[in-house]
This record gives sequence, C-alpha cells and structure tokens, in this order.
Amino acid sequence: MPDYAWPDAQHRTLIGARVTRVDAPAKVSGQAKYTYDVHRPGMLYGKVFRSPYAHAKVVSIDTSAAEKMPGVKAIHIVQGPGSTIHWAGDDIVAVAAVDEPTAEDAVRAIRVKFQQLPHLVSDAEPPKGSAQEEGPLSIDAIDDMLDNQVPANQMVSTIQRDGLIKKASEDDLNMLKADGATDAVLEAIRSATLHPEVSAKPPSNYQKAAAQTVGDPDKAFAEADAVSEGLYGIPVITHCCLESHGSISEWTDNEHLFTHISTQNLSGIPGQMAEPLKIPATNIRVHQDNIGGGFGSKFSPDRWGIFTAEVSRKAGGKPVRIMLERDTELKVAGARPSAYARVKVAAKRDGTLIAWQSNSWGTGGPGGGGMPPIPYVFSIPNQRQEHTAIRNNIGPARAWRAPNHPQAAVLTMCALDDLAAKLNLDPVEFFGKNLNLTQRRENTYREELNIASELMGWKQKWHPRGQNASGDTARGVGLSFHTWGGRGHASDCDLTIHPDGSVDLKMGSQDLGTGTRTCILMVAADTLGIPMDAIQLQIGDTTYPPSGGSGGSTTIGGVTSSTRRASVDARDALFAKVAPALNVQSDQLECVNGKVMVKGDSSRFLSWKEACSKLGVMPVTMRGKNPDKNKPPDLTNSGVGGVQMAEVEVDTDTGIVKVKKMVAVQDCGLVINLKTAESQCYGALIMGISYSLFEEKVMDPVTGRMLNADMEFYRLAGLNDIPELVVHMMTGKGYDERGVIGLGEPPVISPGAAISNAVANAIGVRVPFLPLTPDRVLNALEQKAGA
Amino acid sequence: MRDDEDENLKDANHSSESPGVSRRDFLKISGISVAVPLVAGPKMVMAAGQQVPVYGPGKVPMEFAINGKSYKADLEPRVTLLDALRDQLELTGAKRVCDRAECGACTVLMDNKPVYACSVLAIEAQHKPITTVESLIEDGNLHPVQRAFVENDASQCGFCTPGFVVACKAFLDRHPHPTPEDIRRGLSGNICRCGTYEGIRKAIAQVAQKGA
Repeated sequence: MPDYAWPDAQHRTLIGARVTRVDAPAKVSGQAKYTYDVHRPGMLYGKVFRSPYAHAKVVSIDTSAAEKMPGVKAIHIVQGPGSTIHWAGDDIVAVAAVDEPTAEDAVRAIRVKFQQLPHLVSDAEPPKGSAQEEGPLSIDAIDDMLDNQVPANQMVSTIQRDGLIKKASEDDLNMLKADGATDAVLEAIRSATLHPEVSAKPPSNYQKAAAQTVGDPDKAFAEADAVSEGLYGIPVITHCCLESHGSISEWTDNEHLFTHISTQNLSGIPGQMAEPLKIPATNIRVHQDNIGGGFGSKFSPDRWGIFTAEVSRKAGGKPVRIMLERDTELKVAGARPSAYARVKVAAKRDGTLIAWQSNSWGTGGPGGGGMPPIPYVFSIPNQRQEHTAIRNNIGPARAWRAPNHPQAAVLTMCALDDLAAKLNLDPVEFFGKNLNLTQRRENTYREELNIASELMGWKQKWHPRGQNASGDTARGVGLSFHTWGGRGHASDCDLTIHPDGSVDLKMGSQDLGTGTRTCILMVAADTLGIPMDAIQLQIGDTTYPPSGGSGGSTTIGGVTSSTRRASVDARDALFAKVAPALNVQSDQLECVNGKVMVKGDSSRFLSWKEACSKLGVMPVTMRGKNPDKNKPPDLTNSGVGGVQMAEVEVDTDTGIVKVKKMVAVQDCGLVINLKTAESQCYGALIMGISYSLFEEKVMDPVTGRMLNADMEFYRLAGLNDIPELVVHMMTGKGYDERGVIGLGEPPVISPGAAISNAVANAIGVRVPFLPLTPDRVLNALEQKAGA
Repeated sequence: MRDDEDENLKDANHSSESPGVSRRDFLKISGISVAVPLVAGPKMVMAAGQQVPVYGPGKVPMEFAINGKSYKADLEPRVTLLDALRDQLELTGAKRVCDRAECGACTVLMDNKPVYACSVLAIEAQHKPITTVESLIEDGNLHPVQRAFVENDASQCGFCTPGFVVACKAFLDRHPHPTPEDIRRGLSGNICRCGTYEGIRKAIAQVAQKGA
C-alpha cells in the first residue's frame, strides 16, 4: 500500500513553508482574467428591469417600446403578471442589446404595473406574543440547518418531530445532499409526515424557530452569586463582493451552453442549471479563471444566471453578459442574517459559569433564518433559549463566512464579558477559568489564550472597566473565542506525468484568492520532488475532474488531499518504470530535488527527465480523490479553535472608535502555506474591523428599499482604519499531525465580540449593537451618565 | 479622498483644443433645448452668444492615447473612460466595481495623475496620455510596486489590486519617502474587500525603503 500520509517535517520541502502565491504576478499586472473581463465575439449586453417595491404583485408588463428600439436583440420576462415580488430589486424583465447604453435605454422604456402589498423591512424585537408556534419544515429551513452545521442526529429528530410542509422532490434531495445532508437526514426527509394544510395558511412574519432547555436553569439562577442581563445584537450586512455576481452565456449549438460565471462552486453549476434550462448537465460547460470575491454568496447560478442563458437562447445563441450593477449587488446578491438577544447569564463568585438564558431574534429576509449556536463555544450546564425568526422583505440571506458564528460570538462573548465585569474579574482569568466548558478544545484554547495575552500585552493593558481614560480618550481591551469545522470537501483531480518530464494537474476547482492554486502546486511539487513551476495546474473548467464548492473552509482539505493521492500514485507508477534501470525494487526509490534516486545512495539516480523517459510513449495519469477510504489515512480533519484580542481607543466627545491593535491566534491543523494562511487571518481581522465599526444594510421602512446600496454609504474599512495586526498560527506538534483543516471561516468570527468588549472595557458601558458607530457610542455614554 | 483630488477638479476645465464638452460649455447649453440628429460630428449651436459644439447622442468617433499607443473607437458621448477601456479596447485591468468614484478599482493615470476611470467620460479623455496597469510591466519585468505587491502577498481575490497598484505607483512617485501616516491618508481612496491592506502597507513600505 502506498504511503499517502503527509510527510513529516524532515521530509518535506514546501509544505508548511512560506510560499509566494503563484497567481500574484498575473493579478498585480491586470492580466488575471475575471468573469467580468470576458469579452466574447459578438457579445451582447444585458440589463434588467427590477422591482422598485419590496412587496408587490406584478399586474402587467409592456415591453413594446423597448422591442422597437434599434440594437435591442432579446427581451425576456423573468417574472410575469401574477408573480409576487418579495424584495425591492428583484428581477422582472431582462433585455439584451448591442451595447450597454442601448440596453439601459431599453430597460427605461419598459412599463410595469405593480399592485403594492404591505411590506416589513424591520428586524426590531418582535412584539410579545407575535410569534407563531414552530410548524412543519420547508426544504429551505432544512437547508438553513445544514448551513448552520446543525448535527445530523439533531436534524433527524427535528424532521421526525415537525414533519414537512410538502413532499421533497428528487431535486430537493439532490440539492440537500450536495449541501452536505447525510443519508440519515435524507431518509428522515423521505419518510417525514407531510402537513400540506400549513403552507396554505398565510405565514406570520414572526416564527418561533427554536426553543430549548438544558439542565435546570431556574434553580441555577436562584443559586447564583452574580447574574448579568443585557441586550446584544449584530445587524444584517452584505457581502459586497468587488466583482459583482453574474455570467456570460452562449449557446454553441441548440443543445450546448458555454457559461463564464463568477462562482465559488464551479463543478456544482451545471447540475443547478440543467433542469431549468431543460438540457442535460453534461451539455453545460462552465469556465472561470479568477473570481473577485464570494465570501459565501456565490454557490448557485442564481435566477439571473439561468435567465442570462435564456436571453442568449432568444438572441440566437449569441453571448450575453449580465453582471449585476453595484446597487443591485448590495440589494439582492447576499446578506448575512441579523441576530439580537436579551441574555441573562449567571456564575458563582469565583467566576464559574452556571446558567444561560436567551430570547433571541433576527432576520434572514424572506426565509427567516435560524438561531445562532448560542451559548457559543462554552457549554454552560443550565440553559434556556428561545428564538424567533423574522420573515421580511429585505432580500434573501446567503451564507456569509462562518454562517451564524459571528452572530453567536457577539451574543455570547459580550454577555459573558459583562458578567466578568460584574464580578470584577479580568476576562482572561474569567474565560480561562471556564475553559473546561469548551470540552475537546480546552487545551488548545488555553495555549492560544496565553499566546494571545502575551502578544497583546494584555496584563499591562487591561484595567477594570472605565478606568483607563485620560481627558476625552478612553482605551480598552477585549477578547473572544471561536470554533469551526472545516473538513475537506469532495475533490477529484487528474495528475499526468508525460514521458518528456512535463507534468500537469487538472481539477474543477476555483481559487477565491485564498491561495488554492499555490497550495495544490506545493503539495504536488513536494510529493514529486520537482519545482512548482515544473507543474502546469489547470483549474476552473468543468472539463476537469469535479471538485467541491469553496464553502465552510473545506477547500484546502479537499484539494490538497486529492492532490496528494494523485501525486503519490503517479510517482509510484513512475518508480515502477524506473526501478529496473536503477536495479532496485521500486519501493527503494525516492523523488528529491528533481531526481529519482535510490534511498540512502545519492550516487544512484536518474534526473527527473531521464526517469520520465522510461515511461515509453504513453503518459501516466492518476486520479486522486477525497475522501478515499481505500487510500488511507484521512488527510484532512475537522474542528479548530481560535482566540482574538482587540485594543481600542474611544473618543468620548465624538463617539469615534479606533481599533489600535488586534491579535489573532489560530489553529488549523497542518498549515500548507504559512504565508497565505496568515494573509487569510489578516484579511479576516480587517473584514472584522469593517463589520464591527461600519457595515449595516440600512432599510427604509417607508419605501422598503435599501438606503445605502453604494460604496460610499455602505462603508467598508479602508487602509486608514487598519491598526497594528498580529497573527500567530499554531503549528508543530499537536497540530501538524491532525491533517489539513480549512481556515476561511474561523478568524472572521471573533472580531465583532472582541472589539465590542474592548469598547465596553474602555468606556465602562456596553454599546449593545454593532456596528459601533459614533451615535451608538454617545448614546451608551449618555445612558451611563444618566444611570 | 485622494490628496490630489483638487488638482483633478481644476483639470475638469480642460483646454479649448479638446473636442469634449467642457463644464463651462455644458453650463451654457444645459438651459437650451436642441433637437440633435444622430450624426457623428459635432453640431454647432449658439448658446449664450457663442458657438458651442454638441456631440451625440449617437456614436462619435474618438481617439485615445493609451499606454503610448493610439486607439480609435466610435462611442456615445455618455460612455465612460472605464467602459471604453474594458468593453471596446479590451484593456480589462481597471475594474468596474462601484461605478461612481467610491472604491478606486478603476484607477488609471490621466496626464500622469490618478483618476477614477468610471467617473471620466471617454470623450473628455481623448488625446490625454492615459496609463493603465497593463503598461507597468517593462520588457516582461514587473514594476517595483508590482514586485512588492507579489512579495508581500498584497492581493487575495485580486479584483481591487490593479487599481491599488496604479494608485500606489502614483502615490510613491509623488511621495517617495512617505510616513506611515502619509500612506494611510494617501491611499484611502481605494477599497479592498478581502482585507489585503496589511500586505499593501508592507509593500509600500518596502518600495519606499528601496526606492522605486
């Protein structure tokens, strides 16, 4: 049996090193091509008439004037008369024309009559008694559970208890399977009780989404030495990918579609387009070289991806480009659900946590959304939770890096930090005391907490709340903990060694800017003992073996595992051909420094090129897979922990918060590329500062529209907002041997809670909701002064 | 805001040789209503006692001087420099992100000054020397700013990167020895979503130390 295991530290040259990303030169020189840059011969430009109303019925559509305009090549009704629109900005009619200005003119010439319906765009605390009891589940609700990483056994029991609104179709089941539903969950869905009468009832905007009790919370609260109560929250934010969503589609003949699409899920796109377009998935080719940001929002072709292909069909198969405009991108192409909670927590005098109670609510738009996993990280022995999902008209939610975890971190870590303050305990001591409640990860967290404290200079910087102010400036520090899964996704790849010594590797994956290309090449090059630039890597096309969508921090584990297996098998096939020439058994050979040589005898070798010539005329191709039970060991793993600390300075006259320093200490098993791993953490801290201080999707209650659908008023952090950042990756013994674990989600979870806690430490009072804008800070200060 | 934005504003009133509609001309004609046929050349109209050329609304022949080369295209006067570069001239390094001068992803140099190409009309950019990110490579060698971006891992998804590279080059040309404060202020007109600012900061510091 070949040895697929990751080589140990003495036997690897690239894995674990700091390697410059291979696609950086193309990106810095403007040569990297993105979907938005694709310019196909004869390409038409598409634009879309969108609903100005948040909730309305389409009454009539008149496209006659647009049809007559010179240069207009196709008009496609997306949602015809009778359709109900659930958010402003939703697609009604798509147009393709010879150039963009003409398409814009045509959209302006379309007349649509709407019947407006009452809308709700607020996610304020639900009125008492407004929430409907939990009812049977929709397929969307089950998909939400998968997004939220609800354990399979819990999903099965929920499905068995509540039943379904309607029977799941085979497509529903396939979709859920693709999103990670286990066989047990699928079986539970198939055999679930159906409650078709419920879907006929007009749904309330407020739905009781979860209620749970663990232990005896009433008794625990009664016996507690300290109880802290507070209100916490984190609003809806958008993904704001710099490359907006969209695609360029063309029909190469009546039955075959060629699509360029901005996607995190290249290999998964044909299966999602086949049914709506009524062609076999195999007739759909998808290509993407680079993607300008996804962050969880680009897994599906989306309705606009489907109708771009429909419009192309109407235009005689000509290529049609529809990329969302910036305002639409912010309005409809993804939002992170909000979460708010009234939390009560209790502890013994020494800080031992004993009870948690939360009444939470939040919105994920029309779908409502689920309860964040609270209390987060710390399994407090006695708990009572209730969650109300608000279904409203703000637009659909999408997975946003670490779905539900940043919300859970804010609701939990801020409440616990307030309790520590009430007990007059240093949070490092308080959280450290309760690390046994993190169970499996206790030792990791303890190690990380110590390193983070050291790197932050916590001992010197921490003072009891509100006791570190001079004049109109107050300083404070705060911390938070987080966790994530991150096991490698399914991935196939083909590695070919040619007789002339050239090597190629093909995989239907995508590089989101996380360094996927670089990591694949590092693993292949390390295994074959040749330089990275001696391997031609081809990703981003459905003509290559399928590899999973890049979500949930599963890419690095998936692609490196399949690459390792393919590389080992190809190498061993080469050894078998080379062994006779060197007069040894093939298991006595190794690949080092561009040579195939006899282990322990550096005088007996062939150069890589000479060795490959022994293949004869035929190249050798090996398929690597992940997972692959027949080729152990499992090269990937699941479950990481991280600790982050923030230091802030608050101007108590203006309410302006400045982050002065952030520290991230993170584990993710075996780090393939330290350089890009650190960049992931820096990026996550920066994104975290952005959502902690600035970001919020602001809705107008009167018109139901988003008020800040641009990049001036939907503000992202700029260079001027970024403080000193310190990143420490946990590596070496205890980490390396766990295998490869993803890193996209974990470091973006904690910044909100860490920064909010630092502000509370600085000004001596909690600012309940993110973002920590000057008005909110001043309000909190005023309430403190009045109290 | 860019530190040289004021200079750009001054430049909006460009020289009289330009066939574009100057701000002053626009003010003159904006109050009058003229039926304009679909012709290529300018139509002269009397406005405020002077002859003023009016272009469009149809396509107008235009000429550009981009990266030392001359380009021709027929474009409507409402087309931006960014869309002309990307959709007509296939220079796609500058990216369309916000399309209204908020994010800097479309930054190019015009008259050697950084501008947001999404907010310059193509017709006004005619005959002015335009430099895009594509031209920063010389003889296959990356510009020192580009090299520093590569070495310091200053790009992730890379969509903001070309605009940032051009903005950094222009910034360093003017401020060869910037303080950290200069860097923070001078480059706050470009936005990154992945959070590559740490790498960008290190890249600029590296070039400033070595010299571009």
